[in-house]
Amino acid sequence: MHIHRSERIWLTFGLAMMAVFLATITTAAVVDGIVPPSNVQTIDPAKVSQTPPFDHPGLHKLANGSYEAYYVAHIFSFEPHHLSVPLGAHVTFYVTSTDVEHGFSVPETGINTMVTPGWVSTVSHTFTKPGKYLLVCNEYCGAGHQLMADAIEVR
Amino acid sequence: MSTISGTGSAGSTDPGFAMRYSVASENLLVLAHIYTATAALTVGALFGLLQGFSRANFLALPAQFDYYRILTAHGVLMALVFTTFFICGLMTFATYRSIPRIRSVRLGWTGYCIMLVGTLMAASEILAGNATVLYTMYAPLKADPLFYLGATLLVAGTWFVAADILRNVISFGRNNPGKRIPLPAHACACTFVMWIIATVGIVVEMLLLIPWSLGWTSGIDVSLSRMLFWYFGHPLVYFWIMGAYLIWYNVIPTTYGGKVFSDSLTRLAFLLLLVLSTPVGIHHQFLEPGVSAGWKWLHTLTTYGVVIPSFMTAFAIFASFEIAARRAGVRGFVATVRWLPWTDPVFTGSALGMLLFIFGGFGGIVNSSYSMDVLVHNTMWIVGHFHVTVGGPVALSFIGAAYKLVPALTGRKLYAPKLALAQTWMWFIGMLLMSTSMHIAGLLGSPRRTSDVTYFGAAGAQSWHGEMVFAAIGGTLLFISVLMFVVVAVGTRLLNEPETQREAFAFAPAEEESMPTAPAFDWLGRWATVAVVLAVLAYMGPLHDQLSVRHFLAPGMRTW
Repeated sequence: MHIHRSERIWLTFGLAMMAVFLATITTAAVVDGIVPPSNVQTIDPAKVSQTPPFDHPGLHKLANGSYEAYYVAHIFSFEPHHLSVPLGAHVTFYVTSTDVEHGFSVPETGINTMVTPGWVSTVSHTFTKPGKYLLVCNEYCGAGHQLMADAIEVR
Repeated sequence: MSTISGTGSAGSTDPGFAMRYSVASENLLVLAHIYTATAALTVGALFGLLQGFSRANFLALPAQFDYYRILTAHGVLMALVFTTFFICGLMTFATYRSIPRIRSVRLGWTGYCIMLVGTLMAASEILAGNATVLYTMYAPLKADPLFYLGATLLVAGTWFVAADILRNVISFGRNNPGKRIPLPAHACACTFVMWIIATVGIVVEMLLLIPWSLGWTSGIDVSLSRMLFWYFGHPLVYFWIMGAYLIWYNVIPTTYGGKVFSDSLTRLAFLLLLVLSTPVGIHHQFLEPGVSAGWKWLHTLTTYGVVIPSFMTAFAIFASFEIAARRAGVRGFVATVRWLPWTDPVFTGSALGMLLFIFGGFGGIVNSSYSMDVLVHNTMWIVGHFHVTVGGPVALSFIGAAYKLVPALTGRKLYAPKLALAQTWMWFIGMLLMSTSMHIAGLLGSPRRTSDVTYFGAAGAQSWHGEMVFAAIGGTLLFISVLMFVVVAVGTRLLNEPETQREAFAFAPAEEESMPTAPAFDWLGRWATVAVVLAVLAYMGPLHDQLSVRHFLAPGMRTW
């Protein structure tokens, strides 16, 4: 098999490009901790409302000054409604579903995760800009999917 | 090493009348596949148009014909029915035109009939509103059992088609020791071996879903079913792409009197697609809980591997253009582009598809890039991406190839060739407009798979509407383009008379090479083994993790 010189250059360019991309995302993952939400934690979807801390959905302040927000997704709404977050807060969201697959996305922030019944999803974000953010379900969940949205207010 | 192209003998006995009968029956089989694909495309396009109008708030769909029901139908008809039927027809054709048939067409027809029955079952359940689960059928959304059964039959039918293709390639090898498998047949064999490995995932998922939907089991392992779906779901994409590549390598050079750039590199590209297509599916699950970050990183790496056959193909296609142009005394980039047969809809369909594929490739790298996916996951960007890939290079190349296949199979002239040419441009412009708007809407955060994205006038959703209007305009052009295709495809059969003198169909021959193709490139069994080993290695860890964590089974739900 003979590979033409210009094709060697072209393939080397392609492979080098992928190597650079892989190095970039790997560095971001290792150094800055930028990884896709990948929490491996189970929960009984039938008993979410009795399982702490999901029995009290909402924002909780931790001793170190950061926050945790517990969300329950079910057709076709999120709990809590209308979350209020202090400006500058670093919030880790814990989200689970009591029924079908949902999505948890705050478009202007990069908060984006799937929500699978039986599992707890986590995603973190620091809110540095005040305003009213739209929270939407971005995975089809049924007839009222387009209504499944809420607000997060940062002030 | 030259390649046998269309006229080669399989070393069989004198064909005689039985062979002529068999060729006529086979032509009918291939036409059945192509026209079934066309029907699915037409209905799917109408639904797509209605969805575009709904999302742009031009119309409100009635409850008996709601957005999610026709979205399910659109996805299934386009992604599963149109593509699969077309590829089965195309590859049956390509295999048997390069290795003459020595057995009856019965196995192929059996496959076609099972696929058709499965499609009708699944489609009627969707239209009746009993399976509004979208084409990904994510549990615990629970459809009627007949929907899952129909989908299973659609896949099972393709296994018969695969058997019909592979047995011919295998007997060619047995009857012709030392001879190369004809290049188009080699591509078809690689594609269907890959397809068999990939479809194991969806069939195993169905073995979980069917008893559950019948009420025989009380719960479903949601995350396992998702992993099985995407084990199948991404190689499905390469199944489409390999169909387009078959056309690009073996058919398109005939439109400008060119040759396949390299026999050995073409074989290698298909072999790499065979082995690299399956161990990549977790890049669809980047944002899922229950799958650890390490496996997601691994599947980023393996997905990047597909860059090699893609780059090889891009090089080979343009090299074939350039070599043929130089032989005709044409030099330079602009002169070469102008020299190409842009008046031929067969060429133009594929060429415009190649242009769209450049955008598809860029977007695909973003999607498969681990943490970067968070910016676009489940947004309209993804919808834009798969429309500019399966709806771009794949659909346009298939439609373009149909302009060659339908005349070859019916023995008639192409009806309204200028309409066919205009159709390819109409599609290109419509798709460019629609997919670009979708990509932008996605970057702005607009969620996919949502009937209405106004969210009661929320501030965060206001930037999306304008893009949806552009997407609806693009969708309208695409719908018109599909109607134009139908006029040409059906008109060729019904309105043109059979010709007595027709040039026989032939695939492009390959360039002479200084070194013969290595025999190892035809050892398909060993390459298949490598493909299975890589798939097992890529999924062993993630599946072990899934099965070893004690997790909960979900009951089924009908939320529509």
